Amino acid sequence: MSATVNPPVAVAATAAVPGRRGELPSTSNVFEPPWVRRVLITVALAFLTLFLLVPLVAVFAEAFKKGGQAYLAAITDPDAVSAIKLTLIAAFIAVPLNLVFGVAAAWSIAKFEFRGKSILLTLIDLPFSVSPVISGLIYVLMFGAQGWFGPWLQEHDIKILFAVPGIVLATVFITFPFVARELIPLMQSQGNEEEEAALVLGASGWSTFRRVTLPNIKWGLLYGVILCNARAMGEFGAVSVVSGHIRGETNTMPLQVEILYNEYNFAAAFAIASLLALLALVTLAIKSFIEWRLHESHNVESDARILEH
Amino acid sequence: MPGFGLSLGFTIFYLGLIVLIPLSAVFLKTFTMTWDAFWMAVTSPRVVASYKLSFGASLIAASINVVFGGIVAWVLVRYKFPGKRFIDALVDLPFALPTAVAGITLTALYSSNGWIGRYLEPLGFKVAFTPVGIVVALTFIGLPFVVRTVQPVLEEAERELEEAAASLGASSLQIFARVVFPTIMPALVTGFALAFARATGEYGSVIFIAGNMPMVSEITPLFIITKLEQYDYAGATAIAVVLLLASFLMLLAINLLQAWTRNRAGKK
Repeated sequence: MSATVNPPVAVAATAAVPGRRGELPSTSNVFEPPWVRRVLITVALAFLTLFLLVPLVAVFAEAFKKGGQAYLAAITDPDAVSAIKLTLIAAFIAVPLNLVFGVAAAWSIAKFEFRGKSILLTLIDLPFSVSPVISGLIYVLMFGAQGWFGPWLQEHDIKILFAVPGIVLATVFITFPFVARELIPLMQSQGNEEEEAALVLGASGWSTFRRVTLPNIKWGLLYGVILCNARAMGEFGAVSVVSGHIRGETNTMPLQVEILYNEYNFAAAFAIASLLALLALVTLAIKSFIEWRLHESHNVESDARILEH
Repeated sequence: MPGFGLSLGFTIFYLGLIVLIPLSAVFLKTFTMTWDAFWMAVTSPRVVASYKLSFGASLIAASINVVFGGIVAWVLVRYKFPGKRFIDALVDLPFALPTAVAGITLTALYSSNGWIGRYLEPLGFKVAFTPVGIVVALTFIGLPFVVRTVQPVLEEAERELEEAAASLGASSLQIFARVVFPTIMPALVTGFALAFARATGEYGSVIFIAGNMPMVSEITPLFIITKLEQYDYAGATAIAVVLLLASFLMLLAINLLQAWTRNRAGKK
């Protein structure tokens, strides 16, 4: 397995085996004195309050500063609506593409042994370690006026850069590893036995995947999709480079936030930002729910294994 | 097992199309530059100032996250307190919250009339529109990395060792220094490296709070954008190559670190 410079990996570890085994049933055999415990809890909570809770509350407070009317007006503004639409379109294309890729990559990597597997894993992680700005730059170099395909595209009157296709491409690149990263460790831990049994009993490859593999990986799959979607809708740097910032046409929600903010229209900027913050909260809620489900099914599984032996 | 050719073929095709070919464009573009032009582009005083700022601020932010992230991980694994599950879920907020939202929110909080800035500024402590603001944004962005790498290690840690040490008369400080710290140390280093790597490339959350003054508070990714806006594609690409090489080196270092962690775990 290789490392990445991104979220899902860190969470992947907890997703695959989400136990809380180190937790004690009681605090009776904690060795540090009670005052140390209290100080540590206070420091941790103070740090998280300052860096997470206060900003989270501030987004909504700033959004409603000028009242509900202004808030409604800001999120129903035609430019805002078109930004919301474009964000949904980009995510709607990027997420399914990377979902199909994630399943294919996980199937080949988890179910088979072949040379160069660790290199392939590292390459899949690459988009995580690339600065968002560079993720946008690569598409400028390919499709810009001076780029590889620039002259050809101009001749045929096809617009990719500073248009919707460029935004979609940058979004696909940025969210490329998410689903694969969740599924690979999950499918590796599950092994091949169940699929082999289905095949021996005469199931076709496709129905084995649909009836055996898919039910086993559904929570991991959903987990990857949720994270992929959150990033797709929230990406700023890469999309900013390829968008061209044409109002009502090539602005996604995060770009619209930037434009309104730079125009000192803070209430409207925070109104759209609050929609994105809401998306983040929903993402975290679903993520916690899936972790709990994975935890439960993991426990049931290990209980079942104990009973078998 | 069926489907090997199809799945691997599609994986490699899609990887090449979406990732490898576009990324190679960065390197191929720089080959059109002469060495001198390349060297000039990546060592101009303004870009060197931006490297120092980007890497320096990332280093400080990652260090803050090691200390506090380590404490948060410890508290979440070892203690029980009300609201723990909520706090645990909230740790991932910086992964889920779009960077632009984080950027404008932190700026609003730390500017002179913001909730936090209004108390800091009378003390002569300016955060927004200074390099300190960049550290704040990068600390926010990197917060989950240390927590989420240390947490599973602490959960898997063998409590028996600590119990044995305690029964042999070790103080709680000795238990921490001799038993707990060596166990979580590799995870702390990995978390630090992940947070640091993420911070060096970060753009969205920083540009709002930074003030973006050349030589003072201009990060390297922003400088790439500036070059692009001047239609200096070669210059932008040259700096991008430096940033890319730095992140590949970090990726390699993180891989080696994780291999080291696994080896240590395996030896036990």
